[in-house]
Amino acid sequence: MSQTITIDPVTRIEGHAKISIQVDDAGAVTDAKFHVTQFRGFEKFVEGRPMTEMPAITARICGICPVSHLMASSKTVDDLMAVEIPPTGAELRRLMNYAQFVQSHALSFFHLSSPDFVLGLDSNPAKRNVWGLIGANPAMAKDGVLLRKFGQNIIEILGGKRVHPAWTVGGGVNEPLTAEKRDEILRTIPQAMDIIQRTLPWFKKVFEGFNDEIASFANFPTLFLSLVHEDETLSFYDGFLRITDAEGNIVVDKHDPKRYGEIIAEAVEDHSFLKSPYYKPMGYPEGIYRVGPLARLNNCKTTGTPLADKELLEYRSRLSHPVQSSFHYHYARLIEILHGIEKINEILLNPTILNTRVRARARVNRNEGVGVSEAPRGTLIHHYKVDDFGRMTWANLIVSTGHNSLAMNKGVLQVAKKFVNGKKIQEGMLNRVEAVIRCYDPCLSCSTHAYGQMPMDVEIADRSGRVLDRVTRD
Amino acid sequence: MAATPVSTEVVTLKLNDRDVSATRGQTILEVAREQGMEIPTLCFLEGLTPWGACRLCMIELKGSPKLLPACTTKAAEGMEIVLDSDRLKKYRKMILELLFAERNHVCAVCVSNGRCELQDLAQKNGVTHVRFPYRYAKYEVDSTHDLFRLDHNRCIMCTRCVRVCHEIEGAHVWDLKGRGIETEVVADNNLPWGQSESCTRCGKCIHACPVGALVEKTTAVNEMKKRSGFLPYLTTMRENRP
Ligand code: SF4
Ligand code: FES
Repeated sequence: MSQTITIDPVTRIEGHAKISIQVDDAGAVTDAKFHVTQFRGFEKFVEGRPMTEMPAITARICGICPVSHLMASSKTVDDLMAVEIPPTGAELRRLMNYAQFVQSHALSFFHLSSPDFVLGLDSNPAKRNVWGLIGANPAMAKDGVLLRKFGQNIIEILGGKRVHPAWTVGGGVNEPLTAEKRDEILRTIPQAMDIIQRTLPWFKKVFEGFNDEIASFANFPTLFLSLVHEDETLSFYDGFLRITDAEGNIVVDKHDPKRYGEIIAEAVEDHSFLKSPYYKPMGYPEGIYRVGPLARLNNCKTTGTPLADKELLEYRSRLSHPVQSSFHYHYARLIEILHGIEKINEILLNPTILNTRVRARARVNRNEGVGVSEAPRGTLIHHYKVDDFGRMTWANLIVSTGHNSLAMNKGVLQVAKKFVNGKKIQEGMLNRVEAVIRCYDPCLSCSTHAYGQMPMDVEIADRSGRVLDRVTRD
Repeated sequence: MAATPVSTEVVTLKLNDRDVSATRGQTILEVAREQGMEIPTLCFLEGLTPWGACRLCMIELKGSPKLLPACTTKAAEGMEIVLDSDRLKKYRKMILELLFAERNHVCAVCVSNGRCELQDLAQKNGVTHVRFPYRYAKYEVDSTHDLFRLDHNRCIMCTRCVRVCHEIEGAHVWDLKGRGIETEVVADNNLPWGQSESCTRCGKCIHACPVGALVEKTTAVNEMKKRSGFLPYLTTMRENRP
């Protein structure tokens, strides 16, 4: 008789994610699934709305990465308008996007993951959170807060005081940058630079103590998908789609993001509302791929900025290229923060950033549009259809966390196989399942609001639903 | 051409215990605003005939069992009027909440966010949440016009568009169809706006509309800036008053 262990985060935002682990009679793990319930009914919800509203609407459906949705959605509206946006408008969007990367990666690394590194995976979960971090390593906690503030401050300066900036619109951005605002941002760069440059060496020392986790944290061959610039440098906003395989061979290159449908198909599985995309030519589920920091660093030739390039070289010499263990998402994330700060500096030092032509105006000129951008968690695809008057008739979003869903299932399974034994639930297993999910920094409210610890409700039940064991952790 | 004769007959009345004088023919709203006293309004727009539809400007008149709209009630000798009793505040708040519940006002993604009369009034009158169930009725967006857009989801039936088009522009594109809660603004006997032959594309209705219902196309969230101040000027010029 097979049994199911269910790990249910009991957060204020109920029912967003759940993990169930199947065990056989002997207590050996046979399968694991990460359940997600997001974006239900989204297409219906936007039906009939003007396309110009889409950036604002999609920015609201996700409270964690509103800027990423703003980018992909604005690019989709650009496409529907069939306009080329002014170069300064595009550069200002990139600027905000880099800031979003820095703040989001800082949240993921410092607030959510670093308690695991500083306090250890088996430390008391009640203390293994950002408060525990403040006690154990106050300087690091402070760095995290400051770095996040650096990114958020830029977003606020560009987009106004609102939480959800309304500054990026179809056709570009709705306000040019002033010299005062530019200088205000420039003044904050040295501190951010200092923080990331002391965090990287620290982390490089620390992760050596996590060999078990590196070996078992979603460490398996998959494909990797990301955008890459034409010159093969790291891209967060534009360029082409590239897919590489587990040996580092380029499988797909220079693929127009608008034609994503030729290489990506989506499987709907009944355990999750999140569709599971896969690489079409390889079929489902063999076409499993990963996105996000790990994929981006595996896919690009260089980052395109000097300091991050130096780090990338070291990253590749320390770990075999391409990097397979999802544990290294954290390392990759830090390199991307460094790159982001360098880019912000570079963009601001170019005098053309103050140009005032930042928006192209047009009405609907196409009935179908696609916008692809990189979000901190990975490639983000928006695809809309509109009627002749620019009203939405259809929408499809492939979110970063969605791309990773197959890999997350596989990662949870791998960890479960190693750490779950028998019908009893051990705390160490919970910690590791939670940590493996955190590598992907999934864009789910439940994974971020809990500040260092995912509240979980774990159940082992048999097929008839009889509960054999249960552990609740708030 | 001789100027329209202006009444010089003066009446005296009390507004919130303050003795004020007014010219016969002036409305309570006009007198109050002259005195710098606040009465919330929505369907009223200076330069257009008062309509008395939204009931936000209700006031209490001593001796009258019912509340009266300040925008259509004329000042008369000896009136004793209260502009802001607890009862009035309670009703105003309720009216605003009902307006929100009636259609789909999603401020966060609306082009008029931050510059909306309904939103402003809700804030000023302490509407923190809506106690009535939302109707979630399905309404269309009419995007067929080349320049403008009508989003029925945001309409509050103030008829400012109807009046400005009829009284100022003289085109009379807009009318109302249906009854009660089913009432909707229609162009040219219920045609898609883009097919209207009477519309002169002047844009007056856009700027008269207090909310995000009538807006310019190509605007994104927060971007619609309305300028209704042109109306008193046009009316004054047309009536050739000093
Ligand atoms: S469209 Fe605007 S002006 Fe016309 S009735 Fe509706 S809210 Fe009033
Ligand atoms: S303003 Fe008087 S009833 Fe609307």
